[in-house]
Amino acid sequence: MSPRRIIREALRRELDMLAVTDHNSAENTGAVIRAAEGSTIRVIPGLEVCSMEEVHILALFETVPPALRLQQEVYDGIPSMNNPEVFGMQVIANEFDEVEGFQERLLIGATEMSVDEVVRRIHELDGVAIASHVDRQSYGILGQLGFIPDTVRFDALEVSASASEGEVHRLMRQYDGYAFVRNSDAHALDQVGAQTTSVFLEQPTVRELARAFRRENGRKVAAPAGREGGS
Amino acid sequence: MTIREVAEALGLPRGASDPAEDREVSGVYVGDLLSDVMAHSRQGQIWITIQVHLNIVAVAVLKEHAAILLVNGRTPAEDTLRKAAEEHVPVMRSDLTAYDICCRLHALGVGGDS
Repeated sequence: MSPRRIIREALRRELDMLAVTDHNSAENTGAVIRAAEGSTIRVIPGLEVCSMEEVHILALFETVPPALRLQQEVYDGIPSMNNPEVFGMQVIANEFDEVEGFQERLLIGATEMSVDEVVRRIHELDGVAIASHVDRQSYGILGQLGFIPDTVRFDALEVSASASEGEVHRLMRQYDGYAFVRNSDAHALDQVGAQTTSVFLEQPTVRELARAFRRENGRKVAAPAGREGGS
Repeated sequence: MTIREVAEALGLPRGASDPAEDREVSGVYVGDLLSDVMAHSRQGQIWITIQVHLNIVAVAVLKEHAAILLVNGRTPAEDTLRKAAEEHVPVMRSDLTAYDICCRLHALGVGGDS
């Protein structure tokens, strides 16, 4: 997946917003944002942090600097270095789809920050914190920690594209009061936009997204859509 | 055996002395996915884990575990220890791996279903 191709695919799918959230890294967000310049697509910079408990948390920011700041704090807590022969290359791209460099820290690992610390830092940096794929056994907060601690305030919960409708409804009933989103979690080009969530916003910003999660003044998240944009 | 006897026999560091250490141990469960521990562990067991989040105390209370045993040298978070003391959940620690500590528990006669 390279920046220009992601934008081309997003245009074909008629997306308005997309977030770039690599595992423990925001290094490629700038390139995708620049690749989208002049198009109608708003690219949200972010990262998916893997906490000490191995809970995945999506962090979305209005601009790149706070994303890179959180990335640095996450990197500082990752002890291992990548072995490209085992885990593959961790490419840093630019907006022309060229390779700029490689990240040497092993991004697959977990950072030393706890779930509570990660969510607190995201909010301190004016970002939005979403619990990733809460329906999944592995790396979701419910699988890892059994339930959502009272001390942690997520802005929204994400269910994975593969969750059954019954599972989605069960979770929405159980965690009534939380906004729910459902994303493609695209790891390959043909998955970009294969799963979307409709939101009613005044403009495509992270601040507006946070307000939609809180249902402020008519802003809201529509019920998470089915795959391929169906309902 | 009681938690106190197990901790003393294996030389495991733990928090301040608590009457809960006189609980009888019925067995052992090992798990780091709290959802799995909630589903499969049983009352009276020593729960062995590397998770140190506050939620482990709630799980141990819910499942009425005899104690939590943190392995691999994991240090519990401050709030976890405070909550554990409040809820009278003994928290023991070991630098050994889960496997090695299980072997020692087994040698003491503490088994998965005993």
